[in-house]
Parts: sequence; C-alpha cells; structure tokens
Amino acid sequence: MARRRATPGGWHITSRVVAALIPGYLLTNTASIALGMLYPGSKLSGVAAVSVASFALWTAIVCWVFAVERLRTVWLGLLGAIALTAIAPVYLFLTGAGG
Amino acid sequence: MIGSFRQSMTWLHTWVGLIVCWILYFMFVTGTLGYFDSEIDRWMQPEQAPSPQTSFADAVAVARTRLVDEAMGAERWFITPPDEREHPHLEIFWQMPREEGEDIVRGNEDIDLATGEPLGEPVRATGGGQVLYRMHYILHYIDRAITYPYLIGLITLIMFIGMVTGVIIHRNIFRDFFTFRLSQGQRSWLDMHNMLSVTSLPFQLMITYSGLIFMVLNWMPGIALGSYGFDTSVADEVVAEATGNVPLEASGTPAELVDFAPIIADASARWGSDSLGRMEVRHPGDAASQITLYRQEDASRIPSRVIYSGVTGEVLDDREDYIIGPIKVASTFLGLHEGLFAGTLLRWFYFLSGLLGTGMIATGAIHYTSKRRKRNENEPQSRGYRFVECLNIGTIMGLPVGIAAYFLANRLLPLGMADRAAWEVHCMFLVWGACLLYPLVRSRIDAWRDLAALAAGAFALVPVINMLTTDNAHLLVTLPAGNWILAGFDLTALAAALFFGTAAWLIGRKRASMKTAPEASPRAAARADALA
Repeated sequence: MARRRATPGGWHITSRVVAALIPGYLLTNTASIALGMLYPGSKLSGVAAVSVASFALWTAIVCWVFAVERLRTVWLGLLGAIALTAIAPVYLFLTGAGG
Repeated sequence: MIGSFRQSMTWLHTWVGLIVCWILYFMFVTGTLGYFDSEIDRWMQPEQAPSPQTSFADAVAVARTRLVDEAMGAERWFITPPDEREHPHLEIFWQMPREEGEDIVRGNEDIDLATGEPLGEPVRATGGGQVLYRMHYILHYIDRAITYPYLIGLITLIMFIGMVTGVIIHRNIFRDFFTFRLSQGQRSWLDMHNMLSVTSLPFQLMITYSGLIFMVLNWMPGIALGSYGFDTSVADEVVAEATGNVPLEASGTPAELVDFAPIIADASARWGSDSLGRMEVRHPGDAASQITLYRQEDASRIPSRVIYSGVTGEVLDDREDYIIGPIKVASTFLGLHEGLFAGTLLRWFYFLSGLLGTGMIATGAIHYTSKRRKRNENEPQSRGYRFVECLNIGTIMGLPVGIAAYFLANRLLPLGMADRAAWEVHCMFLVWGACLLYPLVRSRIDAWRDLAALAAGAFALVPVINMLTTDNAHLLVTLPAGNWILAGFDLTALAAALFFGTAAWLIGRKRASMKTAPEASPRAAARADALA
C-alpha cells in the first residue's frame, strides 16, 4: 500500500455519507420520475422499467459521491441535478395534471 | 475521494463491506437455508406426514365442499391442492366482501383430504423452516415494519454497492480468477474472497439486485405516483393493468356455481394435468362469478391462466400475454430470487450459490482483520480492531452453532411446552449470543478453533439426537426407505459437521505450528497466524 494517501478526515466522510443517503436518494427519485415521464412506451411500462433501474441509479450516484475529490462538487452537483430533474415532477405535483 | 477512482472505490468497498458484513452473513445463511424451507419444515414436523398425492380434481372437490359450508357469499376463494414441496397440504383461503366500516373477514385452513375437515394443531409446535427463511428479510425481535423494507432495503443497497465497487476494483477480474496463492496468509484470504466472488458473481448480482426489486415500491413510490400525475384515484386501474387482476363486481343475482370437473379437464388439456397450480373462484354462487385456473409458477412468477365463467364454465379469457414486458422483467427478478420454480438439482445449485455468497462475505470480513493485523504487527491492538475480530469469530462460527441449536431445540424441548416455537428461536439466539461473548475471554486462534469444533459437534449431534427422539424420521429408517427429504436433512447436517470439523483441525494445526515455530522463523509464524 505504498501509494496510499492520507485517510480522509471524519468530516469528509460524514458529509459524503449524508450526501449519498439524502440528496442521493432524492436525486434517484426525481431523476427516475423524470425518466418515467420520458419513457416512450405505456405509462405502466415506464414505471416498471424505471423502477427496476432505480436502485442501479442510486448505486451509481453513491459511487460518484465517494469518487469525486471536492466536497463542494459533490453537494453542488447533487443539488443541481435534483433541481434540474425535479422541474417536471414538481410541476405535475402542483398542478395535479396527468403526464 | 482518496487518490484515483479505483483507490476511492477500494476505500468504499472496504468500509461498506465492513459495516454490513455480519448482518449480511446472517441474511445469507438464513436465506440459503430458505431454499430448503419446505424440507426443513418437514424435518421439524416429523409426526405430520404430508398429504398423500391426489389428483387436482379430487383435492378441489374436497375444498369445494368445505368452502360451500364455510364461506358461501365470499368475494373470492383460493384453492391450492397439495404438491411435492411447497404446499404439503390442501390449502383453502377465502375473503368475504367488505362491509361498510368493518374489517375484511378472511380465513384460511389446511384441509385433511381424507376427512374434509381442517387439520388439527400440530403435535410439535415449531417455527420450522419458514421462521428461519423469514429471518433473512425481516430479521427477528425487531418490529417488522422497521426491518422490511426499510432496514433490510438499506443493507441490501449497501451490499449492491459493495458488489459494484468490488467489480470496479478488480480490473484484472479474469487474471484474479486464476490466481490462488494457498497458504500465503493474508494474500490467501483475499484470493479466496476473489475466487468465491468471481465464480458466483452472476448469482450474487442477481440475488442482491432482485432483493432490492422486492422493495422498490416502498422505496421509490414517487416513480409510480409521478408517472400518473400524482393522481392516486387511478391506483386500482394501474394495479389491474399490472397484475391482470381486473376488479369484478358481484351482480347480486344468485346462480348455481358450475361443476368444476369440465373446467379442470379443459385446463389439463392445455397444460397437462401435472402442471395445474391453483384455482381462484370469485363471487361463488353469483351470476357474475368467474373461475381462474393458474398453471404452476415458472421463473417469471406470472403463470399462464385461463378465466372461465363460474356459471356456464365457458372460457372468458385465455390470453398468454396478459402482462406487459417490463412488468414481466420485474417479476422475473423476484421469481429468480425466490427460486420457487426450481426442481431438485437447480435447488441445490441455489443452495450452493448461497453458500458461496456466505463464504464471500466471511472471507471478506476475515481479510479485513488479517490485512490490518499484518500492517500493525508491532502496535498494540486497537479496541475497534478487537471488536471487529470478536464479531467475526462470534458470527462466522457462532451463527452456525446457533442454527444447529435451533434444530436440536426442535427435538429436545418438551412437546407440551408453552411458547415452544418461540423458544426454539430463543435457543438459537442465546447460543449465538454466547458464541459472540466467547472470543472476549479466549485468544483469537483458540476462539476460532473452539467455536469451529463446537459447530462441528453441534451439527454432528443433529442426526444423533434425531435418532434418539424420533421413531421413524432418522437415518436408519429414512435412508433404506429412500426418503430423501428427511435423510437429506440429516446428511446435510453431517456434511456441515465435516466442514467445521476440518476447519477446526486446520486451525489447530496452525496453532501448533505457531506455538513451536516463533523462535525459529518469525516470518513463518506470522504467515501461519495470518492464515488462521
């Protein structure tokens, strides 16, 4: 383990764990809802296909959260992506209009 | 986070693996045993033989008589005739229409085919294989609403992250597969971890991801809600579309329930009389009544089915593709996870794959301590390190001892005992708890060896105690009779005894070489130490 760098501090780890769990989970949901709306087949197919894929998406997000070097990138990236993917779901939720 | 992408993923793999390895080990051990849940049920109920095999039509006729007496006017009946493993007895279920402001009345019974009456209370109260199997996703002693789907879902997600990061960090996954440095201490634990993971990777990925799919509606309700514009009033239609289970209202006009025989003959002609699964009757005795015959389940959990009129017996719907593709994909994940469709050979492969997964988790956990022990050879042991080591020994060796205790308790607890079934489980956890404490008072290698020997002894006792406490469920009877369910259980216990006995012997050998070698060759001793 000659190339091992210094172990990251506790704050770095705590922050990433929280990021992976809370905004990571939110992004999984907002992105999945948005993907479900874009799905070309019937609504039900979209729900099923996106649901099956959703945990893989979350896993990818978690890996990304722990791979990125700077904490700022992690948080801004996650919050930005949530904002972007939440536009359509939030609009629907507020208007109650069928997608 | 630290260095390159692969270094970050290595860090993540180590820590996600460590925080969940013991609970995952528990889930894998109990889940693997769950592939033989019905066989374990059978062994734990030696007094109650399964119902004799009868034709589907005869079993349904017995069920019909009982249901007409008990549950006429029901919204639906389910009739499941006995089969070779999952349903040892004729099972009936009924659900009455919902009355305004009251709970739905439901009932279910196991019916004695000879008398047509419900089977009495079993002589030997036991949780059987079902309790063991259910522990792998709802745990025990903890409120189910917390464990499933939330706690278990999180643990399963962490497991999946562990698997994905494990694949990422093994850039040379195929070269690693052919690398096995036996008896090289710390490296051999890593090699063994790699070998077990790589050989069974498709199974482990499937079982983990499909485990998550069971919980997806609880974890991601927004996906379904969002796609339907957060309009919950369409829920019934969506469920009907997803399951092919269209709501059916009673007409209120009485009409005689059709004779089942022609319907069963029609379905037998379609699938063969051995392939009939179960029967559903909706609104029996009503003019709108419908009867659905289901074929036995396949891997997709969406069996073929034909819907007949419950009054005239004519075919109403026999479409094969009544479920859309993506739902089938999701459902196939669940079907593969449960493996209910598997025959004997495939069931053993499921069992072995589960054991490989169990070994993958155990060797990973041992590698963690083994590696750190080498690195910090000259420093005093930290408390955290000691904690991990005690949990490793107490769980990896202690849980199997607890499982053996569960089976022994089934034979040894008095039959009339209050809460007998609960005490079987208490025995399991009390013994495991004692095994968790044992490493605190012994040196590491002694604790490993002693608990391995204890596991060997406990599993060897299972067929012996069985022989002493049952008249005709032990190997001397079951082997000559070719009763492979009961004999297979005892033989598997003996195989487990052999496995743990070998482990205890190997550890004992290392211990001896550690005792004699240190002066002569510190390196050899360190190697032996790490291997143990």
